[in-house]
Amino acid sequence: MVLNNIENLLEKYENGETTLKEEQQLKHYFSQETVAPHLEMYKPMFTYFLGNQQEQFTKDIPLKTKRTFNYKWIAVAAVAVLMLGFYFNQQPNDVGTIEDPQLAFNEVSKALEMISTHFNKGTSTVGYLNEVNKGTATLGYLNEIENTTNIIFKN
Amino acid sequence: MTQGEFLNIVMPFKDKVFRLAKRLLVSTEEAEDATQEVLLKLWNNKKKMQEYKNVEAFSMTMTKNFCFDKLKSKQAQNLKIVHSNYEDGNTSLQKQVELNDSVDWVSKIIEELPEQQKMIIQLRDIEEYDFDEIAKMLEMNNTAVRVNLSRARKTIREKLTKTHNYGVK
Repeated sequence: MVLNNIENLLEKYENGETTLKEEQQLKHYFSQETVAPHLEMYKPMFTYFLGNQQEQFTKDIPLKTKRTFNYKWIAVAAVAVLMLGFYFNQQPNDVGTIEDPQLAFNEVSKALEMISTHFNKGTSTVGYLNEVNKGTATLGYLNEIENTTNIIFKN
Repeated sequence: MTQGEFLNIVMPFKDKVFRLAKRLLVSTEEAEDATQEVLLKLWNNKKKMQEYKNVEAFSMTMTKNFCFDKLKSKQAQNLKIVHSNYEDGNTSLQKQVELNDSVDWVSKIIEELPEQQKMIIQLRDIEEYDFDEIAKMLEMNNTAVRVNLSRARKTIREKLTKTHNYGVK
């Protein structure tokens, strides 16, 4: 009776009409030690199917996380560098103070005098600018030339 | 999606991808490379992965297409020669060895089937997918899957019967 059932199933199996459950039954039947002699040739087939299910993929998968470079970190780094720069660049501003008022006055007037002499040296050279102005004034005559050339070319 | 989440999705079917690739490409190394390639492609498209309804079916289709490309490319042409060196161990008398031999025969017979039938046998009889899933994976319709499956099973049985009788006589 069981054998009959198996034979029926086999026929259905060959026509591709068995359900997964029925195929399970067949596989189970043919995984037994002994099967009916006339069905023996099916045995390797189902054994193969069952055996092949065990095969596994053993190599590991090299998953590379794509490193997208984030430009905001450049900004962060730049700010950090700037901050450090300011921090280490703070030079001692203290150049000392002069206690005696007279001495301080002398020092200040000396310094101011130095500034004024240098300043005057600078302004004396500014005088040459007048020459430049004179030169540009004469350039005005060029307009005259242009007028005349216009007249010529019009005629 | 983190690596962990991705692996959780992929782990259950990575062996199936590998076995399908092996069925088509025959060589284990080739199949391993193909599997890696397919999984990497999935990983690189992981943002789109949430959109796919059935990642497993999608991966199987990808594997199929990838292997077909491989087979078409010239480098795979050489492989066929390399991997057809099967031993003809029919001389053994022990039952166990004989069984192993006939199991080898099955793999050889399946190897001789057309690609389409190979894949269907693989997906149905080994991976035990239902017809709708197979149809989706192979981009065929349901009846075509059944017809091809039936043909493949008949071919296997016929050839096995032949070799079996040959062994007995």
